[in-house]
Amino acid sequence: MPLTKNELEKMIKEAFPDAIIVLEDSQGDNNHYSARICTEAFNGKTKIEQHKMVYKALKGKMGNELHALQLETMGK
Amino acid sequence: MNINEQIKNVISQNDICLFMKGTPEAPKCGFSLAVSNILKTFNIKFHSVDVLANDEIRNGIKVYSDWPTIPQLYLKGEFVGGCDIVKEMFEKGELKEVLKKKSLI
Repeated sequence: MPLTKNELEKMIKEAFPDAIIVLEDSQGDNNHYSARICTEAFNGKTKIEQHKMVYKALKGKMGNELHALQLETMGK
Repeated sequence: MNINEQIKNVISQNDICLFMKGTPEAPKCGFSLAVSNILKTFNIKFHSVDVLANDEIRNGIKVYSDWPTIPQLYLKGEFVGGCDIVKEMFEKGELKEVLKKKSLI
């Protein structure tokens, strides 16, 4: 069962309370999202580490309930 | 040889190694297509592994790199990223730098 936009935003917010999040359901199917996430938690981290932090926040849903998440991550 | 060792071998034996869905000539996913096309712009030979042809590799590579999606690009054994990161690096010219630094171009 795909992930609703609210569920996705909630999971990201829980992991990164200070984050500015721009989330788009790019195909309107709750399964292909693009997300721009800006949080202090990413400061000093490599891109791979930043993206892994997001995947961790999604608690195993990435690649399962959630098929595609185009990520743009940046520190504050 | 278990799947992890098989994956390690493929990655260590190929300087440029792309785990993707389908093949460079017939990609089966937009993200895989994007990364293989980016590599093609450098006119370099690269080894591709079609994860759709082997479920063990398809799941094993995600465990190996602790990265949940396909495609996955490796340069001289090092995981560089999936579609977003490779695209971002390419657009910023960073991918060319890494390829040069690893004397792959």
